[in-house]
Amino acid sequence: MASSVITAEISGRGTRAREFARKLRGGDAIAHTIAWTFATSIVVMTVLLVMELFQQSALSRGKFGWSFFFTRVWDPVAGEFGALPFIYGTLVTSGLCLAMAVPLGLGAAIFLSEMAPPRISDALTFVIELLAAVPSVIYGLLGVFVLVPIMRDVVEPALTDTLGFLPLFAGPGYGVGVLTANVVLAVMILPFIVSISREALLAVPRDQQEASLAVGATRWETTAKVVVPYARLGIIGSLFLGLARALGETMAVTMVIGNDPKINASLLAPGYSIAAVIANEFTEATADLHLSALVELGLVLFLMTILINGAARVLILATTRKGSAHP
Amino acid sequence: MIWRKFVNAFMLSLTGLCTLVTVSVLFFVLGYLVFHGWRSLNWEFFTQLPKPVGETGGGMANAIVGTGKLLLLTIVIGVPIGFIGGVYLSEFGGKVFPFVIRYMTDLLNGVPSIVVGIFAFALVVMRTKQFSTLAGGIALSVMVIPITVRSTEQFLRAVPQSLREGALALGASKWKSIVTVVIPAGMRGILTGTILGVARVAGETAPLLFTAFSNRYWSPGFNQPTASLPVMVYTYAISPYEDWHRQAWAAGLVLLSMMLVANIAARLILSPKGAQNA
Repeated sequence: MASSVITAEISGRGTRAREFARKLRGGDAIAHTIAWTFATSIVVMTVLLVMELFQQSALSRGKFGWSFFFTRVWDPVAGEFGALPFIYGTLVTSGLCLAMAVPLGLGAAIFLSEMAPPRISDALTFVIELLAAVPSVIYGLLGVFVLVPIMRDVVEPALTDTLGFLPLFAGPGYGVGVLTANVVLAVMILPFIVSISREALLAVPRDQQEASLAVGATRWETTAKVVVPYARLGIIGSLFLGLARALGETMAVTMVIGNDPKINASLLAPGYSIAAVIANEFTEATADLHLSALVELGLVLFLMTILINGAARVLILATTRKGSAHP
Repeated sequence: MIWRKFVNAFMLSLTGLCTLVTVSVLFFVLGYLVFHGWRSLNWEFFTQLPKPVGETGGGMANAIVGTGKLLLLTIVIGVPIGFIGGVYLSEFGGKVFPFVIRYMTDLLNGVPSIVVGIFAFALVVMRTKQFSTLAGGIALSVMVIPITVRSTEQFLRAVPQSLREGALALGASKWKSIVTVVIPAGMRGILTGTILGVARVAGETAPLLFTAFSNRYWSPGFNQPTASLPVMVYTYAISPYEDWHRQAWAAGLVLLSMMLVANIAARLILSPKGAQNA
C-alpha cells in the first residue's frame, strides 16, 4: 500500500482517475464493489419476490377485486374464487394454537429462567430448540399416524360427550380437522415461545427480583408480579413470532386439517388454510385464473406474516433496549 | 402466609411440569420415528429406486441423491450470497444502505416457505417451462440467504476491533485484513450458522412441491424434476398404501437423523455459548 501511495505521488497529478487506480491496486475498491454487489442482490431478490407476487396475481385481483376476501365459494371448475374459508381457517388455526402454546411455553420459560440452575436450563433449552429444527413434514407424519387416531378415538368423543352442546365442539369428529391442526401447530411454535420468552425473562435486571424478595414476596409472587410484567414486551414479541410461524406453516397443517373449504363453527370439522390450498392445488392449476387466485392467496399470506413479524421485531427490540437503558 | 407458600410451591411446580411436557415432546417425536422407522430401514432403502404402485419393497435412493443435489445448489448459490452479504454488512457499508439490506433480509426471513415456492415457480419454472432441480435449489437458496447473512454478520461483529486495527497497522489493505484476519477469527461461528441454516432448509418441503416437484426415477443433470426426501415423506404419508407408510417413516427417520447430527455438530463446533437462533 505504501509503495502505491508513493507511485501515486511521484506521478504528480493526483487526479481522480489515478486515485481510483491506486485504490484498485490495493484491491479495497474491488472487494467493496463485490461485497456491495452481493448485498444488493439480496435487496433485488426481495423486491423481485414482491413484484412477482403482485404481477402473477394481477388477473385474479383485477377480476375479483376486494370481493375475493369476502366470498366463500372456491370452485376451480366454474372459475369462482373466494378466499374467505382459507383466511378463516388460517386465522382460526394459528390463533387458537397460541391459546394452547402460550401457557405451556410461558410456564416452561419461567421455569428455565427463574428456577432451574443455569447448566440444566441451558441443556433443556438446547433440547427444546432442537424441536424447532424438526422439519415440519415430520410433524405432519406424526400428526397423520399418531395424533389423528388419538383425536378420533379418544379426545374428540370425550369432547362431544362433555361439551357437545356448544357448537364449537359439535361432533362427529373425524380425527382430521381444525382442532388437530391446532395441536400440531402448538407443538411446532412452542420452542420459539419458550426460547424467546426465556431470553426476555433472563434480561430482567437482578435487583428488580431482589427488591421484591426483600420486601417479603414469595418466589412466585416475584415472578408473577415483577419479572413477567417487566419482560412483557419480549414475551408478547415471542407470541407474535410464534403466530407468524403458525400462519405460514404448510406441510403439517395440510396433512391434518382435512382440506375442506367450508366455514364450520365446530373445531372438530375439517377446514382448510391458505398455505394448504396452495400446496394442494398449485401443481394442478391449469387455468390461468386459478393459478392467479392461488398466487393472490400467497400474497395475502405474505402480507399477513410481514405485518406480524414486523410487530414482533419491534416488541423484542423494545425489551432489549429497555433492559440495557434503565438498569 | 401458609396459603401464599402453598400457591408459591404449586405454581412453581406447575412451571416445572410445563417444562417436562415441552421437553418430553422431543422424546416422543424421536421415539416414534425410531420405533417405526428403524424396522423399515434396510439396505434396499438406500440403494433402490421406488417400486411401482402395488409392489412392496424398493427404496428412495433417487430421493437421497435428489436432496443431496438440492443442497449442493443451495451451498453453491445461496450460501456465498448470504456470506458475502453478511461480510458487507459487518465490514463495509455506510449508514442508510445497510439498514435497507438488514430490513430486506428480515423480510425475506419471515416469508412463509410456501410463498418462496411460488416465487421460485414464477422465476424459474414459468420461464423454463419445466420443474427442475435448479428451481428447487433456487427456492432453497432464497431460504438460506437470510439465515447466512444474519449469522455471518453476527459472528464477524463479535471479532474484536483490535484485531482489525492490528492488521491495518501492519500495512495490510482492508480486504486483506478481512480475508486473512477477520474472517478466520469468526469462522467457527459462521460455519455453525451455515450448517444450521443448510440443515433447516434440507427439511423444507413446501418450497419443493412445485419447483423440484417429484420423480420416481433418477433425475439426470439439473434441469429435470427430482425426488427429494421431504417431498417423499409427504407423498408417501398421505398415500393409501401400507408399504408406502412404512417407507415414509424410514425416510422421516433419515431426515430427522440428518437434522440432529447437524445441530449437535454445530453445537460442538461452537462450544458452550451461542447458537441461539437455531
